Amino acid sequence: MNSVSTAVEIRGADKVYANGVRALQPIDLAVQRGEVVTLVGPSGCGKSTLLRLIAGLMQPDNGSVSIAKDFAQRSAFVFQHPTLLPWASVAANVRLPLDLAREKRETAAAGKVAHALDLVGLSAFQGAFPRELSGGMQMRASIARALITEPALLLMDEPFGALDEITRNRLDRDVAALAAREGLTVIFVTHSIYEAAFLSSRVMVMTARPGSISAEIAIDAPQPRTNAFRTTDTYVRACARLSDALAAASGEALA
Amino acid sequence: MLRWIGPVAAGFAFLLAWHLVVALNEIPHYILPSPLLVFRTLLDDWPLLWRSLLVTIQVTGIALLLAVLLGTAISFLFVQSRAIEASLFPYAVVLQVTPIVAIAPLIIIWVREPLAALVICATLAAIFPVIANTTVGLRSVDPGLLDLFRLYGASRWQTLLRLRIPSAAPYFFVGLRISAALALIGAVVAEFVAGTGGTRSGLAYQILMAGLQLNIPRLFAALLLITATGIALFLLVSALSWLALRRWHESELAREN
Repeated sequence: MNSVSTAVEIRGADKVYANGVRALQPIDLAVQRGEVVTLVGPSGCGKSTLLRLIAGLMQPDNGSVSIAKDFAQRSAFVFQHPTLLPWASVAANVRLPLDLAREKRETAAAGKVAHALDLVGLSAFQGAFPRELSGGMQMRASIARALITEPALLLMDEPFGALDEITRNRLDRDVAALAAREGLTVIFVTHSIYEAAFLSSRVMVMTARPGSISAEIAIDAPQPRTNAFRTTDTYVRACARLSDALAAASGEALA
Repeated sequence: MLRWIGPVAAGFAFLLAWHLVVALNEIPHYILPSPLLVFRTLLDDWPLLWRSLLVTIQVTGIALLLAVLLGTAISFLFVQSRAIEASLFPYAVVLQVTPIVAIAPLIIIWVREPLAALVICATLAAIFPVIANTTVGLRSVDPGLLDLFRLYGASRWQTLLRLRIPSAAPYFFVGLRISAALALIGAVVAEFVAGTGGTRSGLAYQILMAGLQLNIPRLFAALLLITATGIALFLLVSALSWLALRRWHESELAREN
């Protein structure tokens, strides 16, 4: 680790899949505590792979991924899909990480479940089954499950990609508020420049085939951001810069 | 309503036509008895048929239970490693494709206790759908959920109990429906081959004897009971499936339109 303020440090990590396709060029990336960093890029640029390396779901072929000691056991992952157990109620789904950790203290667990559901606004639906919820509500349940272990590092892999824009904007706002209130470090993968511009303190623009970071854009505005941020010059300029950076990145890839 | 009225009306029409054909053509009852005669025979021979029905139900029930226990155990073994599955699955297929009528005589020679021999035959007939379906089910786990369990450090045992078994449940119940029917068929076929009489004879033996004695009304009555047993078994298994899956699985959800 370079410094005590670093939460995640990636040095020269790369990945080649078993079929010989190179998913990632060697990547260098440092994420500071409390930062919201977004990885944005076209499909197949390796952004999800990079996130899975950070989560420990994959190992890099070369290089290293190191997580600050006090963060290592306190990370949570939100998948592209809600990834809920269809046979379990919302409350049981949110509780799952505690059950897997063999949490025996029943009242403590129940309190945590209630708190996590409250954070995402699903308290009224704890007895519902996933199929009875809308896509946005399923995603909220998935976030509640990630929050129940009181993580310091939240890894989100295109969590709202399948949702309509209205729902996505609302959830982005809620994630921003949650991250600020709970002091979370967030690494967020998306293909939407609007989502990236709204959420991030820093955006990493990635290029496809093979995946690499082609630009880094800092967005200097206080967190948590609200809907009002979407009409500011900072936001509009950030979107424009991201759009240009992405166009340049895909242009290079095609040439 | 139409779901009930339709089949019941069709059934009555069929029975009426049957009765008229027999009555108008004066067909002797040792060729084709009228439905009324079959029903009367069912009542008259009830003590005999009831005893046999209990034997058939007993054999079928024990065989189905064994098929479920052994079948799921074998599936759990299969999903532990591809090597185990690859080595043993062909033999499960061999078991499946060999007609039970062909193995039944051997088993009846080897196993002295007649009831045990029948149970073994019926179990062999019924076990394959449980193995095949449960194995596919245990493997058909959402990869995202598997990642989730890995991330939270779930043990193999926790993954099996909390993820693989519930994921496999819909597949298992499909297998169970087929196995239930096969257990009954296996029990009947084995008894035909065994031809064991005495106080512990099942419905197949009654059919065999009734056929030899040209007691066709009794043959029909026994046949009716076997069919009724099959239907009851199907309904029971369907009810179990509904109870287990109704809250979450598409196959058991009521349409809301």
